Amino acid sequence: MIRHPFHDVAIVGVHNTAQAKVLADHDSRSIALEAAHGAIGDAGLTPMDIDGVVGNLGNDFLYQHRIGPVWRSLSALGIPAVLEGAMAIACGLATTVLITTGEAGSYREHTATAPWTRPTNEFVAPYGMFTAAEFALMARRHMHLYGTTPESMAHVAAVIRNNGHANPQAVFSGRGPFTAADVLASRMIADPFHLLDCAMTSEGGAAIVLTNMERASDCAKAPVRILGGGTDHFGPAYQHPPVWEMGGRKRPDLIAGTVGRRAAENAFAMAGLGPSDVDVCEFYDPFSFEIIRQFEAFGFCGTGEGGDFVLSGVIEPGGRFPVTTDGGTMSFSHGGAAVQLFQRVIRGVQQLRGECLSMQVPDAHVALCTGGGSGALFTDVLLLGSELP
Amino acid sequence: MTMLRPQDRAGVSPVPTMFSAPYWEGCAERELRYQVCIACGAANHTPAAVCAACDGADLQWRRSDGRGVIHSWTVVMRPVGPDFDAPYAPVIVAMSEGWFLLSAMIGCEHTELSVGVEVTVEFHPIADGRLVPYVRPVR
Repeated sequence: MIRHPFHDVAIVGVHNTAQAKVLADHDSRSIALEAAHGAIGDAGLTPMDIDGVVGNLGNDFLYQHRIGPVWRSLSALGIPAVLEGAMAIACGLATTVLITTGEAGSYREHTATAPWTRPTNEFVAPYGMFTAAEFALMARRHMHLYGTTPESMAHVAAVIRNNGHANPQAVFSGRGPFTAADVLASRMIADPFHLLDCAMTSEGGAAIVLTNMERASDCAKAPVRILGGGTDHFGPAYQHPPVWEMGGRKRPDLIAGTVGRRAAENAFAMAGLGPSDVDVCEFYDPFSFEIIRQFEAFGFCGTGEGGDFVLSGVIEPGGRFPVTTDGGTMSFSHGGAAVQLFQRVIRGVQQLRGECLSMQVPDAHVALCTGGGSGALFTDVLLLGSELP
Repeated sequence: MTMLRPQDRAGVSPVPTMFSAPYWEGCAERELRYQVCIACGAANHTPAAVCAACDGADLQWRRSDGRGVIHSWTVVMRPVGPDFDAPYAPVIVAMSEGWFLLSAMIGCEHTELSVGVEVTVEFHPIADGRLVPYVRPVR
């Protein structure tokens, strides 16, 4: 059996607060605090059990509850924060780590696109660039190179939005069902992305509690094991032209277009697993094309085959690789700059615990959770398991 | 049909850095500049202190011929903010000297964009009068 220090760490608590287009009675601090209390309660712990926090809002929690001194990291965005918490536990810097985040009140005036999508950099801002345009430039290149179609992207969006349609907790619960034709008929945002190919904006909080395996046995629910993880980054997002072929200096196939490949290879190697061992694909879905790209980058299918792959019946509920089962950023919630990047991890945990009701993947034992995307020049992965392989 | 045109109300003005000042000084003179590595000859953009191909530290500014082909493109129908008018068309241009420029297409219909279209650079002012490079199809 392969052993890795991550294998001594488990996720024992997760919580999504209510998610909504507007959380009228909250600001970011209050919703992150609520998320923290939810995740700690989910684990059957109390604030006094926490001896490590990650993120600015975890830092706020730490002060409010006067549980210091504790270990702290300011890592904020998603899977890297989870991995950092796991590393701290595996290395003995902390025993039980809280990661909490939330966002409310920062984007309610919609004359411009969301603040986290609008770069001020000198080489992109004069051209009206924002996140959708950055990712569209990557998707267009893939269409040119491999013949990928808007229809395949629209199918991805319809599947994920239908997952959210069936999820009572989703911001867009009951708003479907959708067909690919509905997606293609929605108004164009940044060609090839229609409105329904894109993430929504919303508000919410999310929190995760990690601890070591010894402590995990005393927690309220079955521990979800960290089997492996990795992060792939090519540099600052939204400053440099998002060129599909950029990179390859260390290995020709490791380019911006395949970002996440190396991270996934590393994560699978830590676990002694491969793509065929994955039961649930909780892939980050800022834009429909990114799902197609990730299946290629992670080795679920060959380069250029992602469009046909997602059309082959594998990503729907009941398919071999069900994707983004709560509706993702398209339908469940976006939650602002940071929250979105934790929600795939939370859903992966819920799937491995069997908590997903009508959207439960039967016999789910391995979940691959991701964050980031090609247009932002990074992709992070986290491989979770109900037990060690 | 809507002819793509410069975004002369764009209010986000570039703030040059130590690395990029020569680039924007060139633009002010309607001259597109890029860097070349003296050691290996690789072209570079965006402006940097070291060569992205060989780590060489000796980069020299050159004048581009302003010619290239569309490498990728999009057409934005939902403007980033109220100071932009849709449609507009951000593009990545593969420049003749072997570097990539992020710019925007003008002088054609938004339905005419395609990978491989030959383009040439021209300069137009944004809201504060600063000149920025756009590209237009070579007819």
